[in-house]
Amino acid sequence: MTTLLEVDGLTKRFGGVTAVNTCSFAVPEGSITALVGPNGSGKTTAFNLITGYARADEGVVRFAGETVRRPDPVRLSRSGLTRTFQQARIFADLTLVENMVAALQQPWRTAFSTAVRGHERARALELLEEFGLARLATERAGNLSYGQKKLLEFAAVLMGDPRLVLLDEPTAGVNPVLVEQIEERIRELNARGLTFLVVEHNMNLVMRLCDPVIVLAQGTKLAEGHPDEVRNDSRVLDAYLGG
Amino acid sequence: MHQVVQAVILGVLIGGVYALMASGLTLVFGIMRVINVAQGALVILAAYLSYALFSHAHIDPFLSVLIVTPAMFVLGVLVQIVFVRSLRGSDSEELSLLVTWALALGIEGVLSVIFKTTYRATSPSYADKTLTVFGYQFGFVRLMAFIGSGVLLVLLSLLLTRTRFGRAVRATVQNPTAATLLGVDANRVQTLSFGLGVSMAAAAGAVYGVIYPFNPGSHYDLISRLLSIVVLGGLGSLGGAVLASLVMGVTEAVVAVEWKPTWAAFSYFIVLIVVLLVRPQGFFGVRERAL
Amino acid sequence: MTRTGLLRAAAFLAVGIAFPFVFSPAWLVNIGVLTLMYAALATSWNLFSGYTGYITLGQVAFFGLGAYTLAITFEHYGIGSGYNPFYVLPLVGAGVAFASMPVAWIALRTRAMTFAIVTLTLLFIVQQLAFNLHSVTHGSSGLMLPTPTTFGVSTYDDPFYFAMLGILCIALLLCWGVLRSKLGLMLLAVREDEEKARGLGIRVTGAKLIAWWLHVFVTAMVGAVWAYYLTFIYPESSVDPLVMIGAVLMTFLGGRGTLWGPVIGAVVLVPAQQYMLLHLGGSQLYLVGYSAVFVVVLLLLPRGILPSLRDGVTRTRERRRTRLEAAAS
Repeated sequence: MTTLLEVDGLTKRFGGVTAVNTCSFAVPEGSITALVGPNGSGKTTAFNLITGYARADEGVVRFAGETVRRPDPVRLSRSGLTRTFQQARIFADLTLVENMVAALQQPWRTAFSTAVRGHERARALELLEEFGLARLATERAGNLSYGQKKLLEFAAVLMGDPRLVLLDEPTAGVNPVLVEQIEERIRELNARGLTFLVVEHNMNLVMRLCDPVIVLAQGTKLAEGHPDEVRNDSRVLDAYLGG
Repeated sequence: MHQVVQAVILGVLIGGVYALMASGLTLVFGIMRVINVAQGALVILAAYLSYALFSHAHIDPFLSVLIVTPAMFVLGVLVQIVFVRSLRGSDSEELSLLVTWALALGIEGVLSVIFKTTYRATSPSYADKTLTVFGYQFGFVRLMAFIGSGVLLVLLSLLLTRTRFGRAVRATVQNPTAATLLGVDANRVQTLSFGLGVSMAAAAGAVYGVIYPFNPGSHYDLISRLLSIVVLGGLGSLGGAVLASLVMGVTEAVVAVEWKPTWAAFSYFIVLIVVLLVRPQGFFGVRERAL
Repeated sequence: MTRTGLLRAAAFLAVGIAFPFVFSPAWLVNIGVLTLMYAALATSWNLFSGYTGYITLGQVAFFGLGAYTLAITFEHYGIGSGYNPFYVLPLVGAGVAFASMPVAWIALRTRAMTFAIVTLTLLFIVQQLAFNLHSVTHGSSGLMLPTPTTFGVSTYDDPFYFAMLGILCIALLLCWGVLRSKLGLMLLAVREDEEKARGLGIRVTGAKLIAWWLHVFVTAMVGAVWAYYLTFIYPESSVDPLVMIGAVLMTFLGGRGTLWGPVIGAVVLVPAQQYMLLHLGGSQLYLVGYSAVFVVVLLLLPRGILPSLRDGVTRTRERRRTRLEAAAS
């Protein structure tokens, strides 16, 4: 299996705290990789470093074989690496369709063409249908429930046809029915070839869905492997339960 | 060389006074994300008050600080309650900018009506006195103003770090919601801090009128400098404002002496643009990458 | 374009074109010129700040640059008098717009509040430059432009009126076009959540720069016409903070982010402004008058006339609907 994303020696310090400490791991192409660890283990910081929302002090990020010199959200997104946020972020004053079409990553020559063209609306509706949101297509996104916003955010990042999606706690604060729906979507999309790196606290979901599982503790990789291996690793148990 | 050092001295002395004015501005921003564009006009108002007290009641400008500062504190509190507090919603930051600007215009208008637009200067007997130390001249008033500013700034930082009020202020800066949950009355903190910020400017203004001639329109010169200073130092950073004030004071003085006085004010903006090119957050600001 | 939209535009044009013929006294046309001028400034301000959410307080700097550019072009290239200067306007606009790009790029790296202050600083910078670059701008002595002799005495203001009307139409067309385009969608995304927009691959910097260019393009042209109108400009009048805050205020009053809001704001405030200037101008009391109007507008009508009206209409419709539904059940 080829490696789609590779993180090597990533380090980030905030004043006296080293949030991410010489962290190295790899995400195989076509996998649903989990990134887990107790609170404060540096998962979200790692996400921010990978996607360019924070500048790493040391270390390298390699995506699709190429070293990413200065991670920048816009460039990364356009080359196929995209993410969702812990607290779902959508454009509240725009409609669902507009939220979707805005994420289309168009070239500059379309800047002065109509905001939402026919085929774009069709594609947006198609995706919204898959997420069960099509009937709300013309609603103002801000009026959605939290769970619906999470679904919208997920759907929107797919509009750019990414290769790798980083999901930051996709099921946090969401009811069990929705958790199932999200899990379904991830499996479906993965079957179609999309790679995922998922930060999650829902261990049952992780064990069912993900392989490999990467465990972070205190900013560095503690263990990595198949869910069963990781589940029984004493170091992992210590990290979660120990002091 | 002598000339340059003399200019540096001059720059540091006036920089200290700007620091006092700018500290109030940046503090208020840090607490409630409001840029009080009327700060310059309030300084001029204080200058006029001090001038009036001197002309009619023969009260020494430095002593008038004791009267003007508390008076302006009350004014600041009233302004915050009437104008700033009522602004709500997502635009409150930008709206506050415009409302305080309108306030500045109002103050300029009122002062113009009362005092006319002729330039004034408060001239106590010691206005032109200078001290000579190691062959360098120190304007007496500028020196006193600098020392006074320094003292007030130290008191301000002690207030912020050693008192309960100060702790409440810092908590509100970092996380208003959490602060409220912990029992801090955010409204009260904001109002009092605004008043504090204004009174700092007032203290500076009371003696400003002895150093520079002024008229109601002078607030533009002041606010343009103060805004550059607080952005340079990093919005919300007290230390940044002080450092930036000194840096800009010196730059202005050196440019005036070594090049031409007419370009002195311009140097503020050049330094600002150059620094922003390299560090968009200013000296000590926090690079906002919202996560 | 919807039917109502077309009707509104047609009505606007009809009134706009007919105005100087119906109300022919020079002082009325003069107010017309100023109203259109502020309407164009407010609309182009809205084009940038209303859509991106970045409040720029430096617009009048480019107004002044447009004015000085035209004046200096007159001096050095003698573009003649009469209608010729009007043909040069797009060049002036484009020239100033391109010249502003480096500064815009630097400024747009800062976040909202800092941006507002930095643009405000631009105002002071340009004013200082106008004062200091004596050889080019004649400093505080000001620059003169030739008075057009072919415009006739009683209809002198008319060409300027129509020039301003033309620029306003361009501004409105740009606003309308941008809003319906992908650029508009990008800008709205930026306004909502810029960092999120980045994460979706939206080229936020480019979008902001384009909106900025368009806004300066219009502003500089307005400044140039104004300079020609007055035939004499000097630093304080060309880069006047009151003009800046006036334009911003009119946009707020009419409704930010709406198409016609700034125009309505201008139509309401400019005559009021001129009235105050006339009666209170001598004593500086007009500053207090301005100040009072600003504060009242900002505190009581923060969303502006149009959005408040629209809300009122929506609420009435909703009430009517619920009443009908209740009656039907």
